[in-house]
Amino acid sequence: MIDVKRVSFTYPNGTEALREVSIRVRDGEFLAVMGQNGAGKTTLVKLFNGLLKPTSGKVLVDNVNTKDTSVAKLARSVGFVFQNPDNQLFCETVEEEISFALRNFGFDESRVKRRVTWALNLLGLNEYRKTSPFMLSGGERKRVALASVLAWDPKVVVMDEPTIGQDHRQKEKLRQFIIQLNSQGKTVVIVTHDVEFVAECAPRIVLMSSGRIVAEGSSKEILTDPETLTKASIVVPQITQVFMGLADLGFQFDVIDLLSAKKLLSERLIKK
Amino acid sequence: MSFFDGLKFRRVDSAVHLMDPRVKFFYVFAIFAVAILFYELLPLIILFFVQIPFVILARVQREWIRSLRGAVFLAAVIFGTNLLFKFIYGGYSLAPSDLEHASAMTLRFLVLVESFSIFFLTTSPDHLGLALEQSHIPYEFCFAFTTAVRFVPVLAEEAQTIMDAQKARGLELEKGNFLKRIRNYIPILIPLIISAIRRSLELAEAMESRAWGAIQKRTNFYVLMLRKADYSMIIISILILVMGIYIRFNVPIPSFSP
Ligand SMILES: Nc1ncnc2c1ncn2[C@@H]1O[C@H](COP(=O)(O)OP(=O)(O)OP(=O)(O)O)[C@@H](O)[C@H]1O
Ligand SMILES: [Mg+2]
Repeated sequence: MIDVKRVSFTYPNGTEALREVSIRVRDGEFLAVMGQNGAGKTTLVKLFNGLLKPTSGKVLVDNVNTKDTSVAKLARSVGFVFQNPDNQLFCETVEEEISFALRNFGFDESRVKRRVTWALNLLGLNEYRKTSPFMLSGGERKRVALASVLAWDPKVVVMDEPTIGQDHRQKEKLRQFIIQLNSQGKTVVIVTHDVEFVAECAPRIVLMSSGRIVAEGSSKEILTDPETLTKASIVVPQITQVFMGLADLGFQFDVIDLLSAKKLLSERLIKK
Repeated sequence: MSFFDGLKFRRVDSAVHLMDPRVKFFYVFAIFAVAILFYELLPLIILFFVQIPFVILARVQREWIRSLRGAVFLAAVIFGTNLLFKFIYGGYSLAPSDLEHASAMTLRFLVLVESFSIFFLTTSPDHLGLALEQSHIPYEFCFAFTTAVRFVPVLAEEAQTIMDAQKARGLELEKGNFLKRIRNYIPILIPLIISAIRRSLELAEAMESRAWGAIQKRTNFYVLMLRKADYSMIIISILILVMGIYIRFNVPIPSFSP
């Protein structure tokens, strides 16, 4: 469990990125942090594994204050996938890239081998095992980065903007993948602007604006509330917009995903 | 990366910031020359403190201290190697004068860092490019130089992100012996270098697509001119230089160690 208690964070140059933020991420939860550019989303999740320490307030990861321990120790249970994979890739082969963290955490060689194979298969990267990560496409590099974190099986996986630069098919795969991880009991936190993506995943949402949390709740509650969304410069998902337009025909408009939209519409059509 | 922070320009309204970069460069040169002339501790101490009024005048104390703090590691290496060589060549023993010598060499380094940091902290990249251009250096070189300077903070920021990304994968930079610690930086340097190369290629493409170099003769909106403060700075620098040379050749320098 990650417990953020009245945390403020100011960067050395004086930018106040977080102001008195409190939030709790429970074990096994699926959480999306949304909000406009510069809202403080990345700053918030960097507190989760101790990359940033609060200026005031405290962050507890499984009841350990992040101030009292090292990033390397926290990283063992809180995996963090950065937005840009090029910030971390440096090895000659994908395989070594994935092993890097495992060796840092002191896994023995046979375990490293097993975990690497497992992670490669999980993300469909097996054919690239011996390829240089720099030869891969942007989307593939992102998957390598993700594999390199999942390999050590952290309890919590934090992903900063996982959908950026991914085509529709990869996004869909990523979505199923995230849902699968979550249903296997992993805590998943994603930071994103992608409303449609969030609408399809239906996690709990934390909405941020200028360093504060402006709303918190289920996807259905938040994404069908245009007023709240506007505060964080986010628009209602397109499906919801359609259903809001259909409200005078007696449609409910708390619909955010394709599946239920399809169901509602076909029910109506069959009735006719 | 605090060392780079200590060289990052920040706009401040001060007399030092307004000075002509060429004049400030001359000042750095004067300090540099005098620092090289002396290997005794006392004059280097004086040289170190002589510069502090400029730092205060420019109101960049905080950044300046940060740049010095960033130089501490290298300073320690210089101190260590100097002592080591004195130790080996001095027949495996150390005299107090050796300690003084090592301190002087370290202080010389710090004096250089100090003057460079004053220069970079108070000179905007634009100003610097202008100064180069007005010194009749071909524009291509001026541009390359200012771009390089401009990229330092960008690279520093990127290095910070990369460090974070690797720390999040369990990399511990401060772990292990000296060699291991240097090796720890490989996962940071490789992504940094690759992204710098990629960035420079992108920059070249962007410049070409915006018709860089289409006009042979460039003119400038701003033209640098020497002001009163510039003349005082020139005089101070000449004084430092002349006094340094005079003292070097005519005045015996007292030593701290017997
Ligand atoms: N390293 C830094 N130094 C100084 N200020 C920073 C730094 N990183 C971020 N900031 C500032 O802190 C604020 C919050 O930034 P943050 O990166 O957390 O936003 P974000 O919500 O992730 O935005 P985005 O959607 O663009 O990724 C912004 O105003 C930003 O300019
Ligand atoms: Mg961000």
